[in-house]
Amino acid sequence: MDASEIEDMIARGLPGAVVEVKDYTGGGDHFEALVVSEIFEGKGLVERHQLVYNALGEAMRVRVHALTLKTLTPAQYQNRR
Amino acid sequence: MSDTRERIESAIKRNKIMIFMKGNRSFPQCGFSAATVQIFDELGEPYETADVLSDPELRDEIKRYSNWPTIPQVYIDGKFVGGCDIVRELYENGELEPMVKSSAGASARN
Repeated sequence: MDASEIEDMIARGLPGAVVEVKDYTGGGDHFEALVVSEIFEGKGLVERHQLVYNALGEAMRVRVHALTLKTLTPAQYQNRR
Repeated sequence: MSDTRERIESAIKRNKIMIFMKGNRSFPQCGFSAATVQIFDELGEPYETADVLSDPELRDEIKRYSNWPTIPQVYIDGKFVGGCDIVRELYENGELEPMVKSSAGASARN
């Protein structure tokens, strides 16, 4: 599994989201993802992460050992920069 | 209801802070579990842990129970708080401490 594959899956599951995934060990199983989407507006962190996990579906349970997630609304993303 | 499910519900009811993790607090078997217990050690409130590696049924059932695919999983006051990323984020922005303190103080005030 590579980072771009995960990026595509998240982007497909959350249309319009900005997704950036890094393979931080280079081993194809530990990833770090930044996901920016309007859909997170008004949602808590648990619900936001669940949306991303659902987009990854079975891959999350079987092929990805670890995914560090950062989920931001567009407004939060602007404030961070 | 399965026995495992009952064990989960009983554990999160009995313990204000309950952590389902890989390994235990002295010997965490995964970096994310280690990072999580480290945060709770710093907060200094009592917590309980359950090792999912020594209990494959628990490992499967907790993922279904929380609708959450990864370990560790943290419950405070019987409520699912999240995994390592969320705990870290709540700790860094100062939201976690009042959650564990109010959980510890709730019975004392009543």
